[in-house]
Amino acid sequence: MSAPASSSAVSAAVAEFALRMGDSCLILGHRNSEWCGHAPALEEDIALANTALDLIGQTQLWLGLACEAEGKGRTPDNLAFLRDVSGYRNLLLVEQPNGDFGRTLMRQYLFDAWHLPLLKALIGSADRRIAEIAEKASKEVAYHLERSADLVVRLGDGTAESHARMQAAVDFLWPYTGEMFLADAVDDELASAGLAPEPGLLKAAWQVHVGTTFAEATLKAPEKSFVQKGGRRGVHSEHLGYILAEMQFLQRAYPGASW
Amino acid sequence: MYAQMVKTEAKRVRSLDEMEPQERAFQQRIDAGQKIEPKEWMPEDYRKTLIRQISQHAHSEIVGQLPEGNWITRAPTLERKAILLAKVQDEAGHGLYLYCAAETLGISRDQMYEQLHSGKAKYSSIFNYPTLSWADIGAIGWLVDGAAIMNQVPLQRCSYGPYARAMVRICKEESFHQRQGFDIMTVLSKGTPEQKAMAQDALDRWWWPSLMMFGPSDDASVHSAQSMAWNIKQDSNDELRQKFVDQTVPQATYLGLTVPDPALKWNEAKGGHDFGEPDWTEFFAVIAGEGPCNRERLEARRKAWNDGAWFRDGLTAHAGKQAARRQASRIAAE
Amino acid sequence: MSSEWPLWEVFIRGQHGLNHRHVGSLHAPDAEMAILNARDVYTRRNEGVSIWVVRSADIVASAPSDKGPLFDPANAKVYRHPTFFDVPDEVGHM
Repeated sequence: MSAPASSSAVSAAVAEFALRMGDSCLILGHRNSEWCGHAPALEEDIALANTALDLIGQTQLWLGLACEAEGKGRTPDNLAFLRDVSGYRNLLLVEQPNGDFGRTLMRQYLFDAWHLPLLKALIGSADRRIAEIAEKASKEVAYHLERSADLVVRLGDGTAESHARMQAAVDFLWPYTGEMFLADAVDDELASAGLAPEPGLLKAAWQVHVGTTFAEATLKAPEKSFVQKGGRRGVHSEHLGYILAEMQFLQRAYPGASW
Repeated sequence: MYAQMVKTEAKRVRSLDEMEPQERAFQQRIDAGQKIEPKEWMPEDYRKTLIRQISQHAHSEIVGQLPEGNWITRAPTLERKAILLAKVQDEAGHGLYLYCAAETLGISRDQMYEQLHSGKAKYSSIFNYPTLSWADIGAIGWLVDGAAIMNQVPLQRCSYGPYARAMVRICKEESFHQRQGFDIMTVLSKGTPEQKAMAQDALDRWWWPSLMMFGPSDDASVHSAQSMAWNIKQDSNDELRQKFVDQTVPQATYLGLTVPDPALKWNEAKGGHDFGEPDWTEFFAVIAGEGPCNRERLEARRKAWNDGAWFRDGLTAHAGKQAARRQASRIAAE
Repeated sequence: MSSEWPLWEVFIRGQHGLNHRHVGSLHAPDAEMAILNARDVYTRRNEGVSIWVVRSADIVASAPSDKGPLFDPANAKVYRHPTFFDVPDEVGHM
């Protein structure tokens, strides 16, 4: 344990952490919502919308905490609709285009398998606000993981085509998974204050889950892969700009209006 | 309406005296307000008409996801985004309930999709209009869902059990839809001049198509008369339209918006509004596939279905493999 | 044309210790997915705590008479309930 940080430094770290969580939830929820009305079966259309709704709900909680911790009088909507790409802190994984439904599900699975253990660890956070959000979100995310893992197995072990599509999804998305386990100064500070787990500590559980699921799904993780990173410090792929252009259109076109 | 101008095979509505005993007993049960259930005897025309009506209603729900779905990714606040997503998701649910109700009549969901995708089956004309601004999302909830509810509430008491029960569930869920639309309109009409103009523009564009939803006057229609005799339609198109106008006009006044109908005025004698005639030429063109968005809507549905084939087949294949594995391990254990 | 997912009947027990009640149907490739789908389709408003599914084809019906932990999340979605929206008195019933 390092020396206790000043309370304003802790607040800044909490705000940054809440932004990272909220932004990943928001962008993934947004991506999933793009499927609404276009999914391969009505039952899936409804199920994916449920996941998206959960994630948007979690976004509101995390961004609410970010606003509170930063204390600048901003609202979650200000954060969501008025920050540019460089202000966003989400993982690169979640901003990747949907691709086919298989890639969307694989992205969801790779995220869920990280998200759930993280939330479970956060239930023990020294910050009660973080712990409460994690408690609520973990119930939702446990179901997300159950469903996404199930579908990955079924499609991996389905037809030759579904297998090939799921394998292609793994290969495409894998480089974006490493970022989940990288730590920076903010993470170090959060970990030393007992606010959030060290990102690297989540890797083993994630690998076990993914390994088990892929074995059942007859899918292979790439043996070698580079790590794409930068999302959590505001350096994104080109895709995020388009997401924000669409998402923020009304707030940008009619500044200051209430909706 | 979500099901418009549903045809029967009837040339005229026959009286009880003219019916064979089985059909007479059937009609008497309906007249007594009883429900007809899936495996019971029913006239073939009743069955076919219901399939047409329920599947058209179901198609309208899922095609209806598209114009509003357009704005999910552009909703102006997190809360609006969640509400709209929940609403459009409900429409998928309503489509699902209705397809299931139709399936009890001896047609599969895939067959109904096939009819939609081939253009053989119709869906409500209203969803072939574009959603051009955020206010359109408000107008759809307020006007389109408001119009739909007028028809759906009485359908909860219709004669076919599965359809009536689906409508009960739908009406219960749908009650928030109209309110969310009106809420959007309220905020916009009390907002900046641009927002108010946006709201007025949406009302201007959605008013007439909303009135057309009820379909042309059917006072002389033998199909409507037959459907009413079967209790799968309760009110005439004109009655519903009048009710809709009378309910909606004061709401527009509350919003400070102008209904785009110079002929609109209160008629004290009849206790309702007089109003102009919708452009039925436009209505029939939209029904025939010539509306502003018919092609996009059908193309989006076909694409979703075709692109999803591998997914549905993959899950079917896996379920088959799992069943075979279980069977094998059961045999091995014996 | 590939084969269609079979139809399942869904039964849900609400929170008050009542019997499972038939709520509707859906399509799913097998029983496990039918349960998941039922959760997503039929409990969006926190309607149920226990789900049964049975293949529609396996239901045995009497001959028609000639006479005739997963459910917490939905709690948060208050906007699904119409009372979430204020309707001004002047506007009348909605």
